[in-house]
Amino acid sequence: MASATAGARKAPAPRSRKSVTGTRRSVAALFLLPALVLLGALVVYPIGYSVVRSFYDQSGDGFAGIDNYKELFTDDGIRTALKNNIVWVVFAPTVTTALGLIFAVLTERVRWGTAFKLVVFMPMAISMLAAGIIFRLVYDQDPDKGVANAVWVGVHDTFAESSAFPKAHPGRESPLVARDGGFVTRQTVHTGGTVTLPLVGVAPDQMPDGAKKAVAPTADPGKITGTTWQDFTRGKGVGTLGAPDPAELGYAGMRIEAVKDGKVVASATAAGDGTFTLPAKADGARLRLPASNFKEPYNGLDWLGPSLVTPAIIGSYIWMWAGFAMVLIAAGLAGVPRELLEAARVDGATEWQVFRRVTVPLLAPVLAVVTVTLMINVLKIFDLVFIIAPGSSQDDANVLALELYRKGFSEDQPGVASAIAVFLLLLVIPVMWFNIRRLRREVRR
Amino acid sequence: MRAAATLLAGALALTLSACGGDDDNDSDSSSSPSAGAQGSGSTLNLPKLDGTSLSVAAVWTGTEQANFKKVLAEFEKRTGAKVTFVPAQDPIINFLGSKVAGGQPPDVAMLPQPGAIKQAADRGWAKPLGAEAQAELAKNYSQGWQDIGKVGGKQYGVYYKAANKSLVWYNAKVFENAGASEPKTWKDLLSTAQTVSDSGVTPFSVGGADGWTLTDWFENVYLSQAGPEKYDQLAQHKIKWTDPSVKEALTTLAQVWGKKDWIAGGPTGALQVEFPASVTQTFTGGDQPKAAMVYEGDFVQVNIADTKEKVGTGAKVFPFPAVGGTAPVVSGGDAAVVLKDSKGAQALATFLASPDAATIQAKLGGYLSPNKNVDNAAYPNDVQRRIAKSLIESGDDFRFDMSDQAPQAFGGTPGKGEWKDLQDFLKNPSDVAGTQAKLEADAAKAYGS
Repeated sequence: MASATAGARKAPAPRSRKSVTGTRRSVAALFLLPALVLLGALVVYPIGYSVVRSFYDQSGDGFAGIDNYKELFTDDGIRTALKNNIVWVVFAPTVTTALGLIFAVLTERVRWGTAFKLVVFMPMAISMLAAGIIFRLVYDQDPDKGVANAVWVGVHDTFAESSAFPKAHPGRESPLVARDGGFVTRQTVHTGGTVTLPLVGVAPDQMPDGAKKAVAPTADPGKITGTTWQDFTRGKGVGTLGAPDPAELGYAGMRIEAVKDGKVVASATAAGDGTFTLPAKADGARLRLPASNFKEPYNGLDWLGPSLVTPAIIGSYIWMWAGFAMVLIAAGLAGVPRELLEAARVDGATEWQVFRRVTVPLLAPVLAVVTVTLMINVLKIFDLVFIIAPGSSQDDANVLALELYRKGFSEDQPGVASAIAVFLLLLVIPVMWFNIRRLRREVRR
Repeated sequence: MRAAATLLAGALALTLSACGGDDDNDSDSSSSPSAGAQGSGSTLNLPKLDGTSLSVAAVWTGTEQANFKKVLAEFEKRTGAKVTFVPAQDPIINFLGSKVAGGQPPDVAMLPQPGAIKQAADRGWAKPLGAEAQAELAKNYSQGWQDIGKVGGKQYGVYYKAANKSLVWYNAKVFENAGASEPKTWKDLLSTAQTVSDSGVTPFSVGGADGWTLTDWFENVYLSQAGPEKYDQLAQHKIKWTDPSVKEALTTLAQVWGKKDWIAGGPTGALQVEFPASVTQTFTGGDQPKAAMVYEGDFVQVNIADTKEKVGTGAKVFPFPAVGGTAPVVSGGDAAVVLKDSKGAQALATFLASPDAATIQAKLGGYLSPNKNVDNAAYPNDVQRRIAKSLIESGDDFRFDMSDQAPQAFGGTPGKGEWKDLQDFLKNPSDVAGTQAKLEADAAKAYGS
């Protein structure tokens, strides 16, 4: 728009009379016509029509006044979108610019600077759509697919190991009851007696390597003996309830504690065939399979869940645009007079001081341009959110441009969608005005 | 400005019609083989239409589109008309809107929802079916399938294609390992799930990232438990979502969704699994797939084809178990609607209502017809035959997908309305009352009442 008005003002300036092709004025008009028609049809007309449409109701027949704008500030979905847009505008451009600045300053000083710059700039060559699909995979919940969770789970598991029987649970008519994530016997045990602790829910392929066929416990006077095993035969079901069938495997390595009055008096670990022995002092205690046996494997962070989805998508945006910021800032940096930096260093300034007091102030105009450009870019963010956020958290990741699309094309609410469009335009105008003003000043200088 | 706009629109129309031309050639080249032999002894009377050209718009792509073109080729052969397939985008009603606005609607369009047919009829785009098409329809379709193609008592749609959304697909090897059998009732389903879980495999895979899989779950439970009358009332929002019947259905649903060890990945994990992945994770992994069963319609076969398992051997199916008295049959489908009232368009609608057309596509697979006169033997495999049989046998007791009947804002928008509310319910299945309240609030807003 700006360029069109500027062009129109300049064109008729030199006043002269006729020439071979007619008046200059008409020639100018002729040459301007294609641009004006295109701009008019593609920019001015749609904007105008959107403004008009935003005052009409859903079908487009009745005048709705400011109802659509009221909806804009009362609808929950739009409010979330507005909130997220603010988060986007605050964080995405600043972090991107900051990273770009760091990259630009650092690459000046390393030998392989150009190669590094090339790598950082590379994501710019990828379309938003492709980047969205890439990051949908990066953030996948399953650590076998998503890189982010693979790293996170890897780090976590080096510090905390998971257990062997995560899904084990008591079967029918079990002597065990669940308590505190583990299982406790209903009855107390007695010296010379035997105990069976059958559970189900562990597939044969997931048994620990040492697991052997389960053996029924044999009584031992002066001790308490028992067996804990997977009371389920593949293809047959439970079989004999509460007693090991031929093909059933023992829970090798299961920890068993004897608990009396809330205190652990003895403990044992099951052998490969599931048998264990407890000393006589466990007499009268209840046996407990503590929760540590059944800890679920750590599944990583819920990157695309309601709370993390916006930061996660902003992360992918930064990945794309940090290169753009870096290149612009590096160009600005090339224009910074070296003497000033040298002088500061000669005066005894540390590198940090040089960066903080000399480089950054000199780069301020460039930094402002980059930030503002990114702000405009971020206000209309749509594709990354649309692609990365799964349906279940699309509402939480919502931004205005996405809400516009949803209202306009899937909910058939063109009036409200137009109102959102007008609102977005209003949001962009101050930023654009700032940029144009800066540009003018630059030209005058 | 207006002139410029028209100019542009003209240019767009030009490119569009150029695309149309391309497709024309495609259908020509694929027309000649197959689909020729049968139908000679049929009673179907089609007029001679030499020199007429027709266009049909549908959202189908890939194999589905290629198969449908073979049906169109048969029509061309019998009448001499020339039929062009116009590929459309979802939602097709918006696509048609722009076509109608441009003055060039296709002659016939395949509309997926009763709501879309009603919209098309209300806006005057759709034209009522002629006498021949209606006669053919009456001969081949049960009353229920005729009625959902009606708007205000007039017949507009011919349901050419159906979907049976009351199926549970299971990994046969897991069931064998667990010694589990196909359940007939909801109680059986719960004990089967328990057995599968005892054997060490998570029973259910839920594609919670796509809200529509969850609405389909609910619809099956609700239809079987509350009965068809209540189902219709709820679909039209004549009873509220705070109704006790909804509470009962959600509570029943929570018997499955509420057990975190019964859902692959737990509820939060399931919310990030999209429908295709929910199918593939059930049929990959040998003895240890991520889940044993996945609920969805007959179109699950398409995704099973992406795995190593074969439909009928490694991947089997049973009808959704009866929660109340009878097992539910929830269906979907695409109806042919005439947009330009001409002899040719009416003849095409008549043809699509005939068993001749449906049989051609049934033989090619991946297709289900609500036409009761299609020979069950025409379907290519046992699983297809079984699905088709249960659909036809349900007679008029089937119900159309409820969320497809609801306004788009409630039943068809990702992250909104019913989709979102049921996703929240999957995350927190103990909050039945809160879910009902949210559903009712969203429904009231979308239905405008």
